[in-house]
Amino acid sequence: MILNYSQPLEVTNLTSWLDSALRSSMSEFWVLLIEFVIVGALLLTAYAVIALILIYAERKITAFFQARYGPNRVGKWGLLQSVADMIKILLKEIVKINRSDRFLFFAAPFFMIVASMLTFGAIPFGKGLHAVDFNIGVLYVTAVSSLGIIGVLLAGWSSNNKYSMIGAMRSGAQFVSYELSAGFALMTIVVLAGTMQFSTMIEGQRFCWNIFNGHISSIIAFVIYLISGHAETNRGPFDLPEAESELTAGYHTEYSGLQFGFYYLAEYLNMFIIASIATTVFLGGYLPIQIQGWDAFNGIMAFIPSYVWFFGKTAVLIFLSLWVRWSFPRLRIDQLLNLEWKYLLPINLVNIVLMVILVLTGLTLKDIFGIL
Amino acid sequence: MSSVSKYFSGLFTGIFSLLKGMSVTWKELWTPKVTQQYPENRDTLVISERFRCELVMPHDENNEHACTACGICQMNCPNGTIVVTSQMIETEDGKKKKILDTHQWDLGMCTFCNLCVITCPSDAIKFENTFENAVFTRSKLVQKINHEGSKLREKKKEVKPVETKPVVEVKTPVAEAKPVVEEKAFEEVKHEEPKAEKE
Repeated sequence: MILNYSQPLEVTNLTSWLDSALRSSMSEFWVLLIEFVIVGALLLTAYAVIALILIYAERKITAFFQARYGPNRVGKWGLLQSVADMIKILLKEIVKINRSDRFLFFAAPFFMIVASMLTFGAIPFGKGLHAVDFNIGVLYVTAVSSLGIIGVLLAGWSSNNKYSMIGAMRSGAQFVSYELSAGFALMTIVVLAGTMQFSTMIEGQRFCWNIFNGHISSIIAFVIYLISGHAETNRGPFDLPEAESELTAGYHTEYSGLQFGFYYLAEYLNMFIIASIATTVFLGGYLPIQIQGWDAFNGIMAFIPSYVWFFGKTAVLIFLSLWVRWSFPRLRIDQLLNLEWKYLLPINLVNIVLMVILVLTGLTLKDIFGIL
Repeated sequence: MSSVSKYFSGLFTGIFSLLKGMSVTWKELWTPKVTQQYPENRDTLVISERFRCELVMPHDENNEHACTACGICQMNCPNGTIVVTSQMIETEDGKKKKILDTHQWDLGMCTFCNLCVITCPSDAIKFENTFENAVFTRSKLVQKINHEGSKLREKKKEVKPVETKPVVEVKTPVAEAKPVVEEKAFEEVKHEEPKAEKE
């Protein structure tokens, strides 16, 4: 198995060394406290850094789709552009809105950022880089990520602005609808994998990723998850809560400075979270490409550290999301709800039954070819 | 068509058209970028000859221009961009003559309508495509377009040197191309030349 291959670049070596070093000199309580603080700080840093990288990547790829160069003046190839934007947004004034519900107005961005931060903590970034590993990880992620909509609705309500209100209402309708599809798509894979824990789910995909294991059913679930996840992030063809031409900026019209920055950050991080959950559940998470019996090949693939695999797979899915975003025109609200309630949901329900049949009758690829 | 088959055909044509749209954008991703990187590409930048940016008065190597200070450009200018000032001098023959003092053009007011260039009877002014006209103070927009110490070009003097020489120069290369017929013409020219010298 994989433990036999040498993995010198893994972070596990570093973390276990740190842990034993701390334990040798301190009591259990202090060790845990220090480790919690380190993990929290690292996650927060990663949150900001990933958002900055994503903003740069999005602007570049968008530009390439539109036959432009994108940011290329600040730093080499414009690499420092999003850093400059971050500094700008930190320095901007936080405007107080007259006749707005002051408390809710300030609380709303925190709901948004806390929801995506809570989800962010449960993502397995690599071997040993998994902060929270619940035995009901899938359920936890679905539950926690849907808290973000409260932030959106509060922002729309407390701004005392008709555009914000309409934007928030649209976002609410959209989110509630598509959360259903996303949940069912994940459920299909839970049926296949037989577990809700991310770590066991990933280990089960060593030689056969879930997307191949359940063949037809898995691929349908994958596509549906990508569509509904994309819709949940309020991006691409589903960005009617922030349709510029009718609603200026939608629910965050009245926000400025760092509060707007929170929404901006959360939007990009939600895109990352959707892609990383899809990676974990469907594409084998941080596991390298492994083919049963090809030991030399497996050894080479396993030499590449797991976090590289994770971020690579996630990047592919994020690119797909950007590609979709810049290909299709925005949907109307009726088209949006039609797509969910008339197409995705019925297909999903049939699909989950199909998956149950596949698993019960032993028609998954693992059963057919006897893969571990 | 029954509603069920409509549902499924709608679904599959929808998926097909979405994939087609994505293939279009995929091709667009790899097309060469059309953005002009302006300050860097100054050397290769192509600005059309007809692009009107700056009014100039061409001066030859003797610092002579063709403006007779008639003021027609000033009269035709729709918004008073041009101010021509002239002075009367007396030539050696005792004739009175009007010469150009300053030809002042205000870039800030010009609409680049080209009427001054069209109506100029002596083709003394023209628009050039030098487009980088930004300045820091408004007073710099008002330009005197005739050079310092320039004077009117005398028309009659320039006619003579143009006449004889080009005749020989043009005919020799043609003679090489068509030897039989043209050689006679070449000889004729040669014979004529000494005559002209004697005269």
